[in-house]
Amino acid sequence: MNAGINYTALGVLVALFVLVTVMGFWASNWRRGEHLESLDEWGLGGRTFGVWITWFLIGGDIYTAYTFVAVPAAMFATGAVAGFFAVPYTIILYPIIFIYMARLWSVSYRHGYVTSADFVRGRYGSRELSLAVSVTGILATMPYIALQLVGIQAVLEVVGVGGAGSFIAKALPLIIAFALLAAYTHSAGLRAPAMIAFVKDTLIYIVILAAIVYLPAQVGGWAHVFEAARAKMTAINPATGAPVGVFIPSAQQYWAYATLALGSAMALFMYPHSITATLSSRSRNTIRHNATILPAYSFVLGLLALLGWVAIAAGTKPIGLDGKVNVQLVIPQLFEDYFPPWFAGVAFAAVAIGALVPAAIMSIAASNTFTRNIYREWINPHATHAQEASVSKVIALVVKASALIFVLTLDKQNAINFQLLGGIWILQTFPAIVFGLYTRWFHSWGLLVGWAAGMVYGTVTAYNLVNPATGNHFAGSLAMIPVIGQLGYIALTAFSINALLAAVVTVVMNVVKVPHGRDETTATDYLADEGDPRAEKRVEHTLPAI
Amino acid sequence: MGSRQIDVGTTNKPLMAAAAVLLLIPNVGLLWVGSYARVEPVVAGFPFFIWYQFAWVFLCSACTATALRLIRLARPRRAGGAR
Repeated sequence: MNAGINYTALGVLVALFVLVTVMGFWASNWRRGEHLESLDEWGLGGRTFGVWITWFLIGGDIYTAYTFVAVPAAMFATGAVAGFFAVPYTIILYPIIFIYMARLWSVSYRHGYVTSADFVRGRYGSRELSLAVSVTGILATMPYIALQLVGIQAVLEVVGVGGAGSFIAKALPLIIAFALLAAYTHSAGLRAPAMIAFVKDTLIYIVILAAIVYLPAQVGGWAHVFEAARAKMTAINPATGAPVGVFIPSAQQYWAYATLALGSAMALFMYPHSITATLSSRSRNTIRHNATILPAYSFVLGLLALLGWVAIAAGTKPIGLDGKVNVQLVIPQLFEDYFPPWFAGVAFAAVAIGALVPAAIMSIAASNTFTRNIYREWINPHATHAQEASVSKVIALVVKASALIFVLTLDKQNAINFQLLGGIWILQTFPAIVFGLYTRWFHSWGLLVGWAAGMVYGTVTAYNLVNPATGNHFAGSLAMIPVIGQLGYIALTAFSINALLAAVVTVVMNVVKVPHGRDETTATDYLADEGDPRAEKRVEHTLPAI
Repeated sequence: MGSRQIDVGTTNKPLMAAAAVLLLIPNVGLLWVGSYARVEPVVAGFPFFIWYQFAWVFLCSACTATALRLIRLARPRRAGGAR
């Protein structure tokens, strides 16, 4: 780590940041509908995004800065099970969402739903279940936004800014970045991140492809990289008496690897920000078409994961400005060590801008959920479209400010722990949402009981995982699966308990004849497409299709 | 646009079943970890475990793209709505 500030890299980083800021403000004029004062316009970009904009938007949304920092860091620290599972996860993700997201798009299009909790409300006629889904969504999203800031912090620290010194010196760059983000999201809504996503993804592709071509040759070639990784992972850690990590999973780790991939894939499109990006697309099959081209990002993510092992071969020392080892810095540090300063600046800009896109979409999605499913449902049932939009804009600011305070005042390990819990929690909304897209068999009380059980089991199990070396709780995502007796992803075990209980309680409810709520949807709603004459238009669009 | 009516009765079931199988294949290929968690054969320095999973990026894309075509054939009335 250089002691001083890398001015060339910092200059390039700031210049690119200014560029996206200008684009963000300009975005409010882009493909503008007649009335920006509604959630359809501000929060869903007018539901007009075609295949390519959606590709950039979803890619920018789910492959976040934190992913780009954390996945190679996990590969560097503990290897394949903690890190490389992201590859099968983001591959099987697409056939999985291919199946049900088109149905969610159709029913939302016809009924004007903006959030998944809107759908749950309409499908089951249950305010309580809808509240459970919306609160879970907001809780799971908040730490995710905070972690985007951790991604920005990582690059700033390697550039030499903001790691040490007074609180103001440490916090100021982040505060400026988030204030600008908040300002243009406020005026342009979802159009701002959609536009910035073009820059973000272009930079990410350039940087990763350059890194993957250039860096392995610098450290002795791929065979040497894998040998260095194998040597590090199979060495015995003297503190625990166990291997440092995993080079290739052994038979005891197959369940862990597979359940992490499957559970994460099922969970990802339950997050409000994924649903927002899907519902903003123009037609039923836009998301399916995207499922065929989004794996391009998974390929890049896989390459990036391998950079964690390149860093092992390169002997990268991820040491923060406070002098302590911080594995989150490994990729920025690798770039600073091997790239010329100007290109390191481009790489850092890619990560920093990569944080802004998901942070913007997540805050919009969380505030849409609050507005539609808490404010309108419980506080002001007669809210107009304009009121909804203005409440949503204010809440988006509150959400971003909270994330900023969270990261600046608390140890970032808290954000990481909460995000781990968020992944477990959000999967517990899967039965209510996805089962509901296919059947009304489940009783809303059954789904609510199942949800509660999954939440409690997942939270308690994660809390009880204690790191033997440090004594900290939330030491990982893997616990013994009951019945099967292997280590597996807690979220998926909690989901199984959730689904089982939902079915049992449904049978009980039917036996004691508790009435089902009113279902406002019909079978054909789930197949509706663009231009459907029965679509409930919240706002008339005059924009011609491009 | 208004003439595009939804008619569930025109769905071609065998084509839909074929699409479902195509969507299942990548899940089996990647969740059956024991089938690929090994080093050999190494290709260009990459262990099998690594390059096998990278290969699925392309195979999976091919599966979903084919499934999308089948679904559009199976429900032809709405094929015009998607771009």
